[in-house]
Amino acid sequence: MSATESQFEQIVLPHLDAAYNLARWLAGNDHDAADIVQEACVRAFRFGGGFRGGNSRSWVLAIVRNTACSWLEKNRPPVVSIDDGELAEMEDPGNAVPPFHGADRDVLRAALEALPHEFREALVLRELEGLSYKEIADVAEVPVGTVMSRLARARRQLQQFLAKKGEV
Amino acid sequence: MNCAEIRSLLHAYLDGELELVRSLELERHLAACPACAAEKQSVHSLRSALQQNDLSYRAPNSLRTAVRKMVRGHEKTSVAREHPSIWKWIAAATTAFAVLTFVFRPITSRDELLGEVIASHVRSLQADHLTDVVSSDQHTVKPWFDGKLDFAPDVKDFTGQGFSLVGGRLDYLDGHTVAALVYRHNKHFINVFIWPSDKRPVAETENCRGYSIIERDANGMRCFLVSDLNAAELDGLARLIVP
Repeated sequence: MSATESQFEQIVLPHLDAAYNLARWLAGNDHDAADIVQEACVRAFRFGGGFRGGNSRSWVLAIVRNTACSWLEKNRPPVVSIDDGELAEMEDPGNAVPPFHGADRDVLRAALEALPHEFREALVLRELEGLSYKEIADVAEVPVGTVMSRLARARRQLQQFLAKKGEV
Repeated sequence: MNCAEIRSLLHAYLDGELELVRSLELERHLAACPACAAEKQSVHSLRSALQQNDLSYRAPNSLRTAVRKMVRGHEKTSVAREHPSIWKWIAAATTAFAVLTFVFRPITSRDELLGEVIASHVRSLQADHLTDVVSSDQHTVKPWFDGKLDFAPDVKDFTGQGFSLVGGRLDYLDGHTVAALVYRHNKHFINVFIWPSDKRPVAETENCRGYSIIERDANGMRCFLVSDLNAAELDGLARLIVP
């Protein structure tokens, strides 16, 4: 086994499930997620020498995220990208958030899928992958403060979505 | 703290990311404010629901197999290309050391290096993967490299002189992860590869398979420019980057 292959086995393969989970939530279907992870692995393999120790999971997830972003840009109709400032203005923090009374798995999935890309990404990394704010900041290439406000607003939107579902 | 502030900090508190002093302050408020306490309970239940409902997707076995195969395939072709005969033995002998230190530097002749430079340039144009960070702003591109490389490439925009900065990405040359800066001159794209080297400074211009390649080394950095531009025009950018 050569050096780079074993490097890859030690650094990248342990995080394949996490890589796939992130890609799957960003892409929205199995086939595209698998393509994104494969492409990300090619990049990780080529840039294996770029890993300088530290957190290999964040390093791998950052590559997956970048790959997913360029992949989505190329293959999906362009979505109007809104920045965090604009997102904040659209929400009315004065409104009380409806309380959460539980929801089943399918409803939770639908709610997560309905979130804007940046919010879904932050929640998946935090709740499903258990990353710290600092790690999410590294993966998403935003400041820690942005991670904090994205998570707060993601959960607010989720609660609002779930409350609407509950009324139907 | 008022209720609005409490509610914005509640998330960091539940995520265990709020500093101690503010956590204590927040807890005091929650003990005295039923509305905020209810909101805390609600966010807490939402978090538990997200974490306990098995919402994660697992990589299918077919993907795991495909990825392993891809790595093995890559390995074989690169070993066959870069290490004929005796180098295989040298590579085998250094493997144990390389595994420990994560250092892997194939020995590349100048012709091979020029071939790699052209291949990287062509691939960057073909694979629709010219840049990882798209920006004409040097203050966006330069920080993007931070933490991705163990050196800091000098990034400048030369729009005024006819060479606009398009963006940057990471690439791999001569056994190094290198910074690739992309410039545009009229309709021509130029890749500039930069990595640290203790080589004696050189300034060479070559023409290879219809591409102009200029090497300019200075200040401990090796710098290759490649483009389908003619050598004289490309030299204009080379002189701006390494005066």
